[in-house]
Amino acid sequence: MKATVIVTLKPTVLDPQGMTIQRSVESMGLPEVADVRQGKYFDVNLADGVTPDRGKEIVQKLAKDVLTNPVIEEFRIVWEPK
Amino acid sequence: MKFGVVIFPGSNCDQDCYYAIQSVIGKPVEFIWHQETSLKGFDAVILPGGFSYGDYLRTGALAKFSPVMQSVKEFADRGGMVIGICNGFQILTESGLLPGALMRNVSRKYLCKFLEISAETTDSPFTNQLRKGQVLSIPIGHGDGNYFADPATLKRLRDEDRIAFRYHGENPNGSLENIAGILNEGRNVLGMMPHPDRSSEQILGSTDGKQIFESMVNALAGAGR
Repeated sequence: MKATVIVTLKPTVLDPQGMTIQRSVESMGLPEVADVRQGKYFDVNLADGVTPDRGKEIVQKLAKDVLTNPVIEEFRIVWEPK
Repeated sequence: MKFGVVIFPGSNCDQDCYYAIQSVIGKPVEFIWHQETSLKGFDAVILPGGFSYGDYLRTGALAKFSPVMQSVKEFADRGGMVIGICNGFQILTESGLLPGALMRNVSRKYLCKFLEISAETTDSPFTNQLRKGQVLSIPIGHGDGNYFADPATLKRLRDEDRIAFRYHGENPNGSLENIAGILNEGRNVLGMMPHPDRSSEQILGSTDGKQIFESMVNALAGAGR
């Protein structure tokens, strides 16, 4: 099983890096780019033989307890089709 | 009375803290490797500045899985005195020992310079030798010192007199309410971004930081340690 975990800042949290990228892109002549938010993604591979239920539980725990700081960030999990 | 300075892989202010306690303050101090699982015999623990685990994932995020952190949590729960300086503060928020989070500086720049902070409370083992409102000259050295917490947490910190230090004048990093240091509920855990370890001797430009360590010594002596 393989999952991708995407971690982003909560919409209410200021993202200085994303804002800098947006401003730079504007100055290179693309004013149509209204907003950029920077985040992280993690590819997670589970060992062979892990059941789908257990796999979902593990990745959920990993994303919640390790990959995300719940004070400022949120995450979503995308499962790769088999 | 015995101080301990935890060394995580990537800590780089451990020697500064050790030196400040041993040579400037003149109290017993030992290093604690992050794989240690016991803090027996220690009366105060310092989590020093640096780049634990290379700042991978988020600053302070991976240090919380070091074995010593479980002991630090238990030590703090029993009322043990813990001070986290810079990366140590980041580790304390990531570990849940202090509320909120330290985000990238608003300027996106790593900042290393002297600035001023004001003591917002004297009611703690870290600030009992300071005057309320006293301005301290102290250096910062960080890229992620922008304190963030939700409005309810900030209100609680204010209402419970748990904001230990605020930046005085210039806010270098975008911290909410100019917060430079906060206390836990029990007032025995302090996290602060500025470095008292780099401002304890005149040759380094200031001795103001020394008063924070002297406050700790005073509190421990008062408790018969």
